[in-house]
Amino acid sequence: MNWGVLQFPGSCDERDALNACRVVGGEARLIWHEDRDLSGVDGIVVPGGFSYGDYLRAGAIARFSPAMEAVAELAAAGGPVLGICNGFQVLCEAGLLPGALLRNAELRFVCKQADLLAVPGPVVDGPKSADIERFSSHQRLSIPIKHGEGRYYAPDEVLDEMEARGQVAYRYAEGHNANGSVRDIAGVRNERGNVVGLMPHPEHAVDPLTGSTDGRKVFEALEGFAA
Amino acid sequence: MARARVLIRPKAGILDPQGKAVERALPALGFEGIGQVHVGRMVELEAEDLDQLGELCERLLANPLIEDYEIQPL
Repeated sequence: MNWGVLQFPGSCDERDALNACRVVGGEARLIWHEDRDLSGVDGIVVPGGFSYGDYLRAGAIARFSPAMEAVAELAAAGGPVLGICNGFQVLCEAGLLPGALLRNAELRFVCKQADLLAVPGPVVDGPKSADIERFSSHQRLSIPIKHGEGRYYAPDEVLDEMEARGQVAYRYAEGHNANGSVRDIAGVRNERGNVVGLMPHPEHAVDPLTGSTDGRKVFEALEGFAA
Repeated sequence: MARARVLIRPKAGILDPQGKAVERALPALGFEGIGQVHVGRMVELEAEDLDQLGELCERLLANPLIEDYEIQPL
């Protein structure tokens, strides 16, 4: 499949994201934030970094970029969108995913390997929900985290609805919630399952050289949504 | 042009670690009897029409899920 990786001023993980898309067998190209042409692109990665310097709030300004308008259209059409770290913050600010990311409870920037549990998604669109097959059991993944504002938050009533609909995509394993996220939530998906955001960095975990290749599964899990 | 100030605060009930960190630092500096410290943001601006500030706050300056805002015309 053909991935597009967004690049904002201040993005810093777009190169690893490109590499990860290729490692899992896809093609990938960068898409500048002022470019709203996604022709030939089946899926989008919104990468990590500090888009627009994280001014105002992380992700708050990036969501208004022309490229994000195009991403919202792709998401509405059911195309796969993966937001990583700052990209997760952007997707939340854009309203493509529920909730918000707050300053880590301990105020410290955390940078370390974390264990996640992949939570299977709901069967919303029938056979296209590929992550059902990929994550049919609660797989444990080892993926690095590196962020200062990764404390996932949504009001309790919203969380209850999300859990009922299977919208929690990844949880920190016991003892691995380093930022104080509610209900150990590391990543979420939209109702349809085609938009996924997570704070951990799967694009940094695709090569045995760096200790884990579990990140590949996070990319592969969305391939089934490609048109 | 009319001037206004927008105050943005973390919503009550949501953990505010910045406020807590400031609060915890105070005794070391000799300040006693200070509590309930919260850290937010302030935006000052000029606008032809202050009536549009509500929408501006809802859409950009604040995230209504986690923050409250208050518009003060100056």
